[in-house]
Amino acid sequence: MTYLGLAIGLVFATFPIVWMFFTSFKSNTEIFALPPQLLPKHFTLVAYLSIFNDPTKLRFFFNSYLVAGAVAILTVLIALLAAYGFSRFSFRFKNTLNVFIISTQTVPPITLLIPYFGMVVAFGIFDTYFALILTYLVFTLPYAILLMTGYLNTLPRELDEAVLVDGGTNWSALWRVIVPLSVPGIVATAVYTFLLAWNEFLFALTLTKSMDMRTVPIGIELLMGQHAFEWNQMMAMSVLGSLPLLLIYLFAQRYFLAGMTAGSVKA
Amino acid sequence: MSLAQDHPIERLTKARRRGLLSYQTKMRLVPLAYVAPTTALLALLMLFPMLTVLRYSFLDRPIIKKNAAFVGLDNYREIFSDPVFWQALGNTLYFTVMSVVFHLLIGLAFALMLNSEKINPTIRSILRVLYILPWLFTAVVIAIIWRLLLDPEGVVNGILMSLHIVDFKVEWFSSPQTALSAMTFVNIWAGYPLYMVSLLAGLQGISRDFYEAASIDGANPWQKFRYVTIPQLMPIMISVALLDFIWTMQVFALVWMTTGGGPIYATEVLSTYTYKLAFSQYQFSSASASAVCILILSMGMTYFYIKHQKAR
Repeated sequence: MTYLGLAIGLVFATFPIVWMFFTSFKSNTEIFALPPQLLPKHFTLVAYLSIFNDPTKLRFFFNSYLVAGAVAILTVLIALLAAYGFSRFSFRFKNTLNVFIISTQTVPPITLLIPYFGMVVAFGIFDTYFALILTYLVFTLPYAILLMTGYLNTLPRELDEAVLVDGGTNWSALWRVIVPLSVPGIVATAVYTFLLAWNEFLFALTLTKSMDMRTVPIGIELLMGQHAFEWNQMMAMSVLGSLPLLLIYLFAQRYFLAGMTAGSVKA
Repeated sequence: MSLAQDHPIERLTKARRRGLLSYQTKMRLVPLAYVAPTTALLALLMLFPMLTVLRYSFLDRPIIKKNAAFVGLDNYREIFSDPVFWQALGNTLYFTVMSVVFHLLIGLAFALMLNSEKINPTIRSILRVLYILPWLFTAVVIAIIWRLLLDPEGVVNGILMSLHIVDFKVEWFSSPQTALSAMTFVNIWAGYPLYMVSLLAGLQGISRDFYEAASIDGANPWQKFRYVTIPQLMPIMISVALLDFIWTMQVFALVWMTTGGGPIYATEVLSTYTYKLAFSQYQFSSASASAVCILILSMGMTYFYIKHQKAR
């Protein structure tokens, strides 16, 4: 009985993904074959080759890796400092700031988008990497701070006090003692921040314009408009676009789940 | 250098005497320095834009016009008299409520099955990995997978027709009768793993003593579920459901990539409605008014979320 439920659940959860995977290896004529076939009759890499031979499509991937990487590094640095402040000190307005950070997680991106559009144009960074990197910080930072503060709270304060007694400052305690001990927390934060930035759609759609600046999700959207019937290529793009997430999930599941449950996350 | 000077306490007091600012002032400034970059960025990227969009919502054609005139509540009157706004609000609520309810039911069912003691631990851990998979994919990819599956010529119609459940090729995303439900179904598929993971962690945290006590009192499995499991999971269910409600209400990419809000306005949600006003029609004033309405809805729910988090 339980096993029957588990089997139904398995089909529900994975069938669409398996279908995507195998479709990316089909030739375009086979996609709507009747009766439907899961496995390709003629296994072909034609969809992947057409992506790897197209500099425009490769550029989407380069842009996504660059933006998500930069956002992950910046977020971790800034969030680490804030988390250290939250975890080790008490100060005026700490509670207010904390509630503010938690509530920013729920501000609708569409509400911010209209003023961002004006700001990005005014700063002269419309259609550049900076527009995306800067605006992505707004949704990665609150999440990263919550995750990092939670992690730093598990490290005993005696560690810092030992450095202070030896004549060191908080600053050196942070870098010499806390950071080396927080590597798992930092990795979890970086990984999840990267994924958030990798998946972002709305800001990338609006704050960039030229083909050269588009990220993978927007690239897929544009391809959908152009070659709506090249399903094998769309699926190959989707597989490649999901690769970083799948790899991180399979090889660093611990970090992934830590991120997923700590602040939870927008898909 | 004498031994006494090298003593840690001695060094600490020496450090205190150094510098222009007194020790107390410095100690008060140190924590603020750590949170300063975050505060500055969030002020620039959160507080300032929220005030800006609020200001825009009272102006006539902001962004486009240099000195846009103050028009009071005109922009709000305009969107409130637009039937499409109300349809988008209704669609958003339907989409959100259905998503949250089914996410919770499916997530709970999967968590209970995985937590069952009857199943083999290896199978359990493999299934746990596989059941989370839908959560990994980004909205654009999810949209495109389901456009392929739900294509009139696609595999879902193929299966349904061979089982004689439907007798024609249903146009799931392009018929006004099915588009909103099809989109909601896709979102249900994509979103349940968050509940599953959180509830599974919650189930594993329930002490066995509760179940033993219930057994001694003669409780049957249903009663144990009803009077032990559910109350123990309640705080997790409420906080995940509130967060999910807030985020689902803001859905954009999935709608944009499956139906674009169509056919006609059958799947228009508040985000796509606002986006089109702003970036297809360049009506930044009414778009701002609509954006403020979404913000108020979200903030209302956030209030409950924070209250609930603090109570926990």
